[in-house]
Amino acid sequence: MKENALGLVKAQEFTFAGSGEGFKLECGESFSPVTLAYEAYGQLNRDKTNAILIAHALSGDAHAAGLADGENRAGWWDNMIGPGKAFDTDKYFIICSNVLGGCRGSSGPSSINPKTRKPYGLSFPSVTIRDMVNAQKELIDYLGIDKLLSVAGGSMGGMQVLTWLAAYPGRLQSAIPIATTLKHSPQQIAFNEVGRQAIIADPCWRNGDYYGSAPPAKGLSLARMIGHITYMSDQSMEKKFGRIKKKDARPFKFTADFEVEGYLHYRGGNFVKRFDANSYLYISKAMDNFNLLDGRTLQGLFKGVKARLLVIAFKSDWLYPSYQSKEIIKAAKLAGLESTYCEVDSTYGHDAFLLETKEETHLIRHFLKKVFYSIQVR
Amino acid sequence: MDHGNIPIDHRAILELIEKQTSVLDLGCGRGELMDILIKEKGCRCQGIEIDENAVYECVARGLSVLHGDIDSGLSEYADNSFDYVVLNQSLQQLRHFDSVFKDALRVGRRVIVGLPNFAHYKTRLQLFFGGKAPVTPSLPYNWFDSPNVHFLSILDFRDYCKSRDARITHSIYLGEKMRILLLPNLLANVAIFLLKAGTVLESG
Repeated sequence: MKENALGLVKAQEFTFAGSGEGFKLECGESFSPVTLAYEAYGQLNRDKTNAILIAHALSGDAHAAGLADGENRAGWWDNMIGPGKAFDTDKYFIICSNVLGGCRGSSGPSSINPKTRKPYGLSFPSVTIRDMVNAQKELIDYLGIDKLLSVAGGSMGGMQVLTWLAAYPGRLQSAIPIATTLKHSPQQIAFNEVGRQAIIADPCWRNGDYYGSAPPAKGLSLARMIGHITYMSDQSMEKKFGRIKKKDARPFKFTADFEVEGYLHYRGGNFVKRFDANSYLYISKAMDNFNLLDGRTLQGLFKGVKARLLVIAFKSDWLYPSYQSKEIIKAAKLAGLESTYCEVDSTYGHDAFLLETKEETHLIRHFLKKVFYSIQVR
Repeated sequence: MDHGNIPIDHRAILELIEKQTSVLDLGCGRGELMDILIKEKGCRCQGIEIDENAVYECVARGLSVLHGDIDSGLSEYADNSFDYVVLNQSLQQLRHFDSVFKDALRVGRRVIVGLPNFAHYKTRLQLFFGGKAPVTPSLPYNWFDSPNVHFLSILDFRDYCKSRDARITHSIYLGEKMRILLLPNLLANVAIFLLKAGTVLESG
């Protein structure tokens, strides 16, 4: 077994809206019941003032840190969450839940519809980032937490952070949106659409009704391969792969013989084992529909918000370029929010929020320390 | 706090800023001034700094700092967003001196400017007798590596403020270790001005 400071962690489940009107979604439909899978690390203090919600990105899940029970697999942000780490579990109580529409324990298109006893497939309603956040708020209510010390996340996780800030400003002391945006750009939508079309074009997809037969593995794998290209940078790919060829290159015309090709195939193939193609469609669409400025002005976006803000961007991130983070800061300036922004000099591209942990740790550790201190002396 | 550890220009600025006010420090460096303002005056401080490592030091001090250049950083703020906008030892390094100066008067109810005095007698002597670009305690750079792009004297800045309809309400002149009370344009290394938008009125 691998060494891990947090050790084995257990997934938990929270089900709500089982009776009554159900859980109201932005599309107008009600959904019932809703299950959220979540994990929690550290101890909630007596005053319940040390809770931090971590929001995951497109392909993430509730398993953010520690080793998953039975799987021996470290969490997706294990280098950032744990004893003595940026999100210090010796000080803070860390919660991470799988998003609504996901496929890792929370209600999503691959969940069983209790009425039909079959997976929902495309009968699962459309979800938005706001719906995901509303569901998280139910979980936070259930855990008895009035005010989160912080909400943090990168990429789509950052969209959830910003939604929390705009929708429930009274429920958080601070927010940490990383490598994210106030609205998805045409370029971001375009890449997601290519990914979705790869899934939809796979004959195994069968209008989303593939449960019980072969899943659209080719399509989902291709979507993931495209995604991975956008998460890296020209520099990081040059450094990681160069033009090196794989040793077992076979003399077939179109064999994936470059290292970079092999890497993409490997990542694509691995992804299919743990991710549902329909969830990919639903969640990527939620990202594309995300526009926090819809119906709001930049001036009005964070008006009256008292939370402290830490915005982090990465220099080589061309998928979520720093101008998008600066737009968040502009809204914060217009609302008079005390804020910190850093554009970290990294070559990792968008993936930097998962990899560039030294600088990220420094920024987050000191920021949280300050926020936690200021609520204690108040 | 032991005031002996605080640089002389920071001490002067500290004097000019009232308690419990809001301050925007443009080119805040490692955040030393904001740190003192928070501890001594209970100010709410926001910094803007271009250097990434300086940003990390500010964050380690628990300060709010925005990584970026002063020009674009300032223009995004609404009118009268802060009680004070501080431009200490940074204005002379800005290519767009004029637009930043105007924006500072718009964003801050008051503006504090700290500048090295190019007409200090040592500068004059080095240039006149030595015939070389001067290097002094307040202008410590060689001509080839100086971050300064504007070289001005106290009198130059006074004229400039008049032309820009900025009122100097207070001036503090500093030598290396003490205040300068006589002939500041000749004897002061550094001048600290408190300004506000409005008609020119001499004092201090």
